[in-house]
Amino acid sequence: MLDGTTAEIRERQALRINPAKTCQPIGAMYAALGINGCMPHSHGSQGCCAYHRSHLTRHYKEPVAATTSSFTEGASVFGGLANLQQALENIFTIYKPKIVAVHTTCLSEVIGDDIPMIIERARREGKIKPDQLVMHTNTPSFVGSHVTGFSNQCASTIKYFSESSGETKNVVNLFPGWVEPADMREIKRMAKEMGIEFILFPDTSGVLDTGHTGHYEMYPAGGTTLEQIKAMGDSFQTIAMGPLASKAAAEELEKKCNVPSRLLELPIGLSNTDAFVNAMRLAGQVPVPASIEEERSRLIDMMSDMAQYMHDKKVAIFGDPDQVTALTQFLVEMDMKPVIAVTGTPGKAFEAKIKEICAEKCPEVEARAYSDVHFLHQWIKNNPVDLLIGNGFGKFVAKAEGNIPFVRFGFPIMDRVGHRAFSTIGYTGAMRLIEQITNAFFDYRDRNDPDEKIELVL
Amino acid sequence: MSDEATDSPQAHEGLVPSAAEAREQMLEIYPKKTRRKREKQMLVNDPGSPGEIGANSRTVPGIITQRGCSYAGCKGVVIGPIYDILHITHGPIGCGWYSWLSRRNMTRIRKAGETNFLQYSMSTDMQEEQIVFGGEKKLALAIQEAYDEFHPKAISIYATCPVGLIGDDIHKVCREMKQKLGINIFGFSCEGYKGVSQSAGHHIANNGVFKHMIGLDDTPVEGKYKINILGEYNIGGDAWEIDRILALCGIKIIGTLSGGVSYDDITNCHMADLNVVMCHRSINYMAEMMEKKFGIPWFKVNFIGINGTKKSLRKIAKYFGDKELIDRVEEVIAKEMSEVRPVVEDVKTRTSGKTAALFVGGSRAHHYQDLFEDMGMKVISAGYEFAHRDDYEGRDVLPHIKMDADTRNIEELEVEQDPARFNLRGTADRKAALQSEEFSFSDYEGMMRQMGKDTLVIDDISHHEMEKLIEIYKPDVIGSGIKDKYIIEKMGVPCKQLHSYDYGGPYAGFKGAINFYKEIDRMTSTKVWKYIHAPWHDAAPAAEAAAAPEPVNA
Repeated sequence: MLDGTTAEIRERQALRINPAKTCQPIGAMYAALGINGCMPHSHGSQGCCAYHRSHLTRHYKEPVAATTSSFTEGASVFGGLANLQQALENIFTIYKPKIVAVHTTCLSEVIGDDIPMIIERARREGKIKPDQLVMHTNTPSFVGSHVTGFSNQCASTIKYFSESSGETKNVVNLFPGWVEPADMREIKRMAKEMGIEFILFPDTSGVLDTGHTGHYEMYPAGGTTLEQIKAMGDSFQTIAMGPLASKAAAEELEKKCNVPSRLLELPIGLSNTDAFVNAMRLAGQVPVPASIEEERSRLIDMMSDMAQYMHDKKVAIFGDPDQVTALTQFLVEMDMKPVIAVTGTPGKAFEAKIKEICAEKCPEVEARAYSDVHFLHQWIKNNPVDLLIGNGFGKFVAKAEGNIPFVRFGFPIMDRVGHRAFSTIGYTGAMRLIEQITNAFFDYRDRNDPDEKIELVL
Repeated sequence: MSDEATDSPQAHEGLVPSAAEAREQMLEIYPKKTRRKREKQMLVNDPGSPGEIGANSRTVPGIITQRGCSYAGCKGVVIGPIYDILHITHGPIGCGWYSWLSRRNMTRIRKAGETNFLQYSMSTDMQEEQIVFGGEKKLALAIQEAYDEFHPKAISIYATCPVGLIGDDIHKVCREMKQKLGINIFGFSCEGYKGVSQSAGHHIANNGVFKHMIGLDDTPVEGKYKINILGEYNIGGDAWEIDRILALCGIKIIGTLSGGVSYDDITNCHMADLNVVMCHRSINYMAEMMEKKFGIPWFKVNFIGINGTKKSLRKIAKYFGDKELIDRVEEVIAKEMSEVRPVVEDVKTRTSGKTAALFVGGSRAHHYQDLFEDMGMKVISAGYEFAHRDDYEGRDVLPHIKMDADTRNIEELEVEQDPARFNLRGTADRKAALQSEEFSFSDYEGMMRQMGKDTLVIDDISHHEMEKLIEIYKPDVIGSGIKDKYIIEKMGVPCKQLHSYDYGGPYAGFKGAINFYKEIDRMTSTKVWKYIHAPWHDAAPAAEAAAAPEPVNA
């Protein structure tokens, strides 16, 4: 497995090997699916849309409807105006969405298609009717990563649709960041438990984790409604989780509608969930209910029960900045040693943040942004670790290094089902993470230890 | 197709609209221009005289299509599976990422110490700076870094959409780096916007493989009967099952293009006596070019389904014309069939009369009809994702296919006879001799001649048409791909992925057929759809009363 990978690390200027990021448009597609009745539209070659739909489908095991401008060589030379206009007419006639969310690709960005102009012209020429909503976001693939694509789609949605009526309502906006539908469910459950009025945006629960009824719905019941998105401008506060995924949207809403925002890390692990609960408590002026206190105490109990297995264990982690940062915090809380943290997404803030989190427990941590899984793998060859945490591509590294205990976490995971059903957010999600981490250790021992060392009780 | 009696409701005449009516129902929602276009791609079949289908034409923008792009066809399908070439995608990160391990090209390294580069994804991860100032320097440096890191025997470069637009000359960079590093380095201009689907990428890939790999190594190959299998990608281990069967017959495969294949196999595969073609769509170009240059004849085979497998083996044996081989093939068939027969007979008791629809690829929607036929199932509708008219109507239509702008942009290589290596082993003479005995070469009769009368042929099926099809026919199983799978299954119809096999397989050859029969039997007999309704929804009052709690000690 990965037999060409050696321990000799060469700094590379040009070659990405085994990336830890993908391109912006897929993030825009995922975020747009979190809007009720929305058809994401990829303005570029049809391959982009095909790849994104396939990838999201493999991760969620759910239908992913999205359309494309199907550029040919002619469109690439003369511009995508005709393709987009024809696409919009077809989409509204055949698939009847409440809104079409157009995102660009490297192709349409390079040729410089002016999407608002194309939409405006289609409207003027009657190709799209006044009540047929179309929005756009710019997501060139040669900038940022899939996470910034998500962030751009969220911010653009607010720019297009959020409004301030002048009357502030007792509602808190919750921006969950790029998390799983199960996580979005958990955020909503916790907010309900806290007793606050809220709008969650975007919300892919009920869209990418639907049940089986025998009927296919192109636009399932889930997703933040356009009415809610509009009303977010009247909320008195926004709690934005995951700085990279949610900050731009929070800033946009602040700028457009004067809704102040509080920026938090993703509520993964103890202290990040504490911060989330506390933010809701302060925003809603509500006491923390006993049920949430109890959840928290159950997490502490499990942390204490399992502490001996986690103490000082060396962990390598890779994935998206918001996820890796929040989880690294939790690893430190559990007395583990995050020795290396890697993301493919560019941005130096990540490295500084990881170093700060690890300053006490593991000051020697290797933190790398705009890096890749190949670098992480080579680093592990030089500095063996006890545990690897990352998306599904991590299993190849884990196998190459003698089946290091491996916990799947992040996007994408195409070979397991748990992530789409069970949240890793909040106190109960943290308990699930402890379960997964200790299971990985125990399974490793059960598989590799000699008979005399196999324990019934752990 | 089977005409056996059936208990499946959709097979009863009268309950289901005719194919023409179904077609009309699918089309009626479309705006005028879209309708005009789709009409040409949806035909009511007449196997006796296949109609002209508007295949390999542009996808209508805004239609939810199954299709992908030229890059996917080139890097993803044809070249990507060659495990000992180091593959670098030149472009922003996405294209390299999505084609990383996402196609199930199974591979075993040939000897210890080799690297299987399919486990890696390499890219120039193009940034805004390269878009503005050009990416050639970064590409050259990436090649150098890849060489320093892995020392591969060959490096292959794939262009993505922006590369063509900003005008990077990847071929110049490849030539310079080839000279500098002394290994084979070549590029593919397979920008995603080229052509109308993956198909353009197949052609571009064939051209590159032919130009840069075929014929480089003239080392003679041991073996009495030497062939290449073209257009077999070893999804789920199909190529290995074909290898197994041919080895039993005593036939040597030099190269399988490109499933589980090595660079060395490809450079040496012109030493074969025959090319047999599995996926006509993706690789007929290669078969034609190899015949022109080396005089290696080709014919179409199909190792999907027992009848196809038997026919293909017998035809290969007949080509060599050796009694020993002909007898050996019959022995192998007899032995293998003794294992297949009881399975298919058992499965048939449950699958006979059931219906299937297949929308996939450029040959699978045809090949898999044989397997359903083996099970007594009826294919009510089928179509390809990216095939051309010849794959539907047969190769005799080739002279009548009009050249359009999208096709014209794909290079057609000028191939000449190789004076030193043409007909080296008398293959061209053997072809000439056999042709007089009515042995068909360079043949493919297409999908439509095999399909039943009044079935519906739908090219590049759209999401809407698929929904309507299910609503109208409710087939017992649909063969399709990942993007459709869960849409179809939400509607209560099992969907077999025929690109990835749902991570099962192999389905080729005899053992593969057994796997497929069992899998389709499982899928069409599954109880899971019956669980959708909770018991309290349709319980009769009497049943409700009967289920009321009773004292436990009554």
